Amino acid sequence: MSAITDVTRLTEAFGAKILKTVEFRGEQTLYVGSASLHDLLEKCRHDYGYEMLLDISSVDHFGDDPRFEMVYEIATLDDSSRLRVKAAFAEDEPVPTATDLWAGADWHEREVWDMMGIPFSGHPNLKRILMWEGYPFFPLRKDFPLAGRPSEMPDVAFSGVAPLEGGPFVTTAGGEDTVRREPRARIVE
Amino acid sequence: MGGVDKVVFSHKRLEGREIAGNSAAQPILVMVSPTPSSSTVHTAYDSKIEGNVIITRVDAAINWMRKNSMWPMPMGLACCAIEMMATACSRFDLSRFGMEVMRFSPRQADVLIVSGTVTYKMALAVKRIWDQMPEPKWCIAMGACASSGGMYRSYAVLQGIDRLIPVDVYISGCPPRPEALIQGLMKVQEKIEGEKSTMAQKQSFFEEVS
Repeated sequence: MSAITDVTRLTEAFGAKILKTVEFRGEQTLYVGSASLHDLLEKCRHDYGYEMLLDISSVDHFGDDPRFEMVYEIATLDDSSRLRVKAAFAEDEPVPTATDLWAGADWHEREVWDMMGIPFSGHPNLKRILMWEGYPFFPLRKDFPLAGRPSEMPDVAFSGVAPLEGGPFVTTAGGEDTVRREPRARIVE
Repeated sequence: MGGVDKVVFSHKRLEGREIAGNSAAQPILVMVSPTPSSSTVHTAYDSKIEGNVIITRVDAAINWMRKNSMWPMPMGLACCAIEMMATACSRFDLSRFGMEVMRFSPRQADVLIVSGTVTYKMALAVKRIWDQMPEPKWCIAMGACASSGGMYRSYAVLQGIDRLIPVDVYISGCPPRPEALIQGLMKVQEKIEGEKSTMAQKQSFFEEVS
């Protein structure tokens, strides 16, 4: 049994709810509508033997609508097949939790909440995991400056702005000459 | 100070005795040992006293004692802590310089070694440790991160522990070699040597006496 068979079976079962399938260098990716995400994950977990949740991550497509994209990496325990499931979510649209399928989803989802500010519905303990409770920002969002923002919680923690000296420095890919490709400061509002 | 049974503080010169480099205003420490043993009897002068008296400045004596038994409080926060552990182990052996007594309780420590990246989440915890250490105390910022934030120009990292607590010695490196940490600690020793410890601590007392 390999991931390609599962992709075929899932496409048959879910039909139009699966928006797109992509194969890249042997890696299978499924794009699914946000409403069917949990059903699809449940089927993978219970029917197709994807017992292992490798990672949950999220992407901020700032400026696009829907803004966020959830990425689930799942695998079978015998390592015969791996699957990537992606689903797009609008800002403030809660993502159904995967903690009922994989207990390991707990901390992954807390990290996504902490860094990106994507809420999860049904999560048993949705609080910050890296930053402290009460930190007012979501630092991995694209509209958050790399240098950080000042915040203050008396007796708990504070944060400041790091001196970037004009950075971060960004190269321009495919620039015509070395002067164009030279890393330059990108202005962050 | 084994064997000393009487310590006399005096800010005047000892009777009939010139003390080199000591003006009348400086405190003098005289340490008197118990009964002299037969092996230390000198015939040239009063054997009951002379062989067992050390004359020095109080500052020099206190600084000498402080600098030769610095008890570090290891604040291991990142990879620098690995080098710090190596420094304390047999190959580099901090105890050659009298600093081997790593205290994991700030109440018993003299010098705080901040070794590693200080995140904002940890920053106030480091400050609390510092506040719990009794005076006199010194602080070493070990490595680039503790000194300046290092390569972490980011929202999560304090840009140098000197923004929170006073730092005596900065050690460069990412992480610094154990030799560098030893040199840093020896720099603290040098600093202690030059301190006006008694004058600073007992200033009001000396003003009163003089």
